[in-house]
Amino acid sequence: MIETRSIGKRLTLLLAGVAALLSVLSWGMVTGLAREGAQRTQDNVLAASATTIAETLRSEQGEVRLELPYAAFAMLGAISEDRVFYRVTAGEDTLTGYDDLPAASPGRPGQVVFDIAEYRGVAIRMASIARLVLAGEGPVLVTVTVGQTRDGAGAIAGELSWLAAILAVAFFLVAVALSALVARTSLRPLNEIAAAMSRRGPSDLRPLLRPAPADLAPLLSALNRLMDRLRQSIRRSEDFIAEAAHRVRTPLATVRAQAEIALRTAKDDTEKERLRRIIRAVDESSRSAGQLLDHATVAYRTEDLAHDPLDLADLAARTVAAMEPTASMRDILLKLDAEPARIAGDAILIENAMRNVLDNAIKYSPEDTTVSLRISSAGDEARLTVRDQGPGLGDEPFEALTERFRRGQNTDSIVGSGLGLTIAADVLRAHGGRLELTGDRNGSGGACVSLVLPLA
Amino acid sequence: MRILGLALGVMFWAAQGAWAVEIDIEDHRRYEGTGERVLRIISTTDLNVFDPYVTAFQRRHPEFGIDYTVVSSSELHRAIRAGAEFDLAMSSAMDLQFQLANDGFSRPYRSAATEALPDWARWRDLIFAFTTEPAVVVINSIRFEGLGLPATRQELIAVLRDNPDRFSGAVGTYDIRESGLGYLFATQEDRSSDAYWRLNEVMGRLQPRLYCCSSQMIDDVAQGRLAVAYNVLGSYADERLAEDQSGRMQILRMEDFSNVMLRTVILPATAQRIEAAGAMIDMLTGFGLRDQPGDWPLPALSHSGPQETSGFGPIRLGPGLMAYLDPLNRRAFLSEWENAMEQP
Repeated sequence: MIETRSIGKRLTLLLAGVAALLSVLSWGMVTGLAREGAQRTQDNVLAASATTIAETLRSEQGEVRLELPYAAFAMLGAISEDRVFYRVTAGEDTLTGYDDLPAASPGRPGQVVFDIAEYRGVAIRMASIARLVLAGEGPVLVTVTVGQTRDGAGAIAGELSWLAAILAVAFFLVAVALSALVARTSLRPLNEIAAAMSRRGPSDLRPLLRPAPADLAPLLSALNRLMDRLRQSIRRSEDFIAEAAHRVRTPLATVRAQAEIALRTAKDDTEKERLRRIIRAVDESSRSAGQLLDHATVAYRTEDLAHDPLDLADLAARTVAAMEPTASMRDILLKLDAEPARIAGDAILIENAMRNVLDNAIKYSPEDTTVSLRISSAGDEARLTVRDQGPGLGDEPFEALTERFRRGQNTDSIVGSGLGLTIAADVLRAHGGRLELTGDRNGSGGACVSLVLPLA
Repeated sequence: MRILGLALGVMFWAAQGAWAVEIDIEDHRRYEGTGERVLRIISTTDLNVFDPYVTAFQRRHPEFGIDYTVVSSSELHRAIRAGAEFDLAMSSAMDLQFQLANDGFSRPYRSAATEALPDWARWRDLIFAFTTEPAVVVINSIRFEGLGLPATRQELIAVLRDNPDRFSGAVGTYDIRESGLGYLFATQEDRSSDAYWRLNEVMGRLQPRLYCCSSQMIDDVAQGRLAVAYNVLGSYADERLAEDQSGRMQILRMEDFSNVMLRTVILPATAQRIEAAGAMIDMLTGFGLRDQPGDWPLPALSHSGPQETSGFGPIRLGPGLMAYLDPLNRRAFLSEWENAMEQP
């Protein structure tokens, strides 16, 4: 599987990117507004100052007169510590002030005009107001210009910009945190489905019926369809195996019967031996077919498990009765030590499991020994222990023995399919129980297989 | 002891200057240091007043020599504008100092000490105040015998008006055409008190004697040549009063309104010994912020005395100071003042 970047990370990055963009934009906007606002404040004060001076303009004996009111200058110092320059001109002549102050662009008389200039090496903001004063022969255009350095406005704008930057960064960080949260929240249904899927047992192919967001519905239904197909496919192959096993078993029975008749009428020892071998092979094939059939049955029945009230002792007694003929053929005594134990489940399946375990025990027991079955209850569990006097379970891990088609290492001389314990384990697991293998490792004590089921 | 109208008249060339500027100096002294480097200070503060500060500075930085030049405030202003090379310029004329800073003749300086100054005591890291000094009235108590002591300008006006014979020729004040500080006090009073012009009218009728400097006015009061000296620097008067044995001198603080001047220092754009000049600024502003009056001739920033109760703070260090420096305004103000003072 090629793993591309996770949706969560992608979503977080995308949202963080958007947040970063918005942060920068808002910072830029606030900075612009702050600069504009600070500039306007300064402009207002400059305009007020220039106007105050212009209001003192008058004509006395044909000459332009004015005074510079204290307030006109004091107000410039009220909002910032900026350097102040001023100039009053009448026509081309400078009446007073800094005569090298750049001339402001002329406006209509009475109108305040703002300008930016460079004076004495620093940038200044200027406000100019022109007035017509009647002096001498005719009206003279008198211009009052008041200029101020822009440090104060710059400082205010800078401070606000800095504040805005801090806010933008804070906003960005919060947005990133929220983005991560949002990404995780929106991916939660997906993760929940994944978790539900991975919690399932290996053979659980039921459709996933859980509420899902509309976006995930196609995925979910596709998944369910896939599982359905898979289940049907498995079912078909199980059916096929069962059908095949069944079809094989009947002719095998005929072959066995014919072989037995032949054995009875045979005179020659060699021929008898040959027939016995045939019978044994047929038996084994028949057993294998039976087990395949059992396995299919288990797979089929556990899908929709019955919960009938049962007594484990009854089931054990029935199974022992069914296996008695096989055991007696090899002079093996089946000893059942039963006490009632109420359980809930599928009688056919549990019997099936017992038969397989017992069949194994008989198969691996030497002739003329005892296989003992014992039923006990402990806590909320019922336990059927099957103990034989055979060679034990070898030194493989017990878990491995319940794998399908896996056979113990010390079974060379005995034919078997390796399905017995798998079937038993599947049945018990479907009932919420388990198969416990506790046999003696060195072989002297035989194998001990316990079927553990929850009590009803 | 300097006498009215007598300037030393020594032509002084700013040493090492690319261009020499002629300065009319009043006093000059050179304090040798252990090293070669010399801190050149141009100041309006009298030598005897500033001497302890020089001593204190050299105790901290013995390697620096100090070249101390005393000039009038207008001369100081003119010299710095002309580009005379000094490392520090100290003046009592706030308006002129402010204009120097505003017009770019001072360079910025910033240190922990200047940062500690209150906002009203500095402007743009260009100009720093280190004292608050009130303007006071100094009287000779013998000449006032039998009269109630005036506590406000109204009372002073009444006393002068009612006793023309006693006070004729015995009233002294700044010649504001010559003295930058006098002009500053006068313009600020014009702004703040309507009694100022009436007082000028009354004084004008008494053939007032006009002075360039506080110390000379105080001397004349102490020696009985003057009965009243109006608008004298309180710090100088206090100092002189402490030395005065006769007990005839008395300081009156006007209760209606009192100008409080800030003595300021700037680092001229031509300064060479920035580090030493900075150290001096730090020291002076440090003294300015001292909690105890101590044994210093000049008052601290926070110890401006009872004037604080008059409701008026120190003269504001801001562009408003430039209004009266405008040639048009100055000409108008001086002509009005002359009309009041020089009555036939």
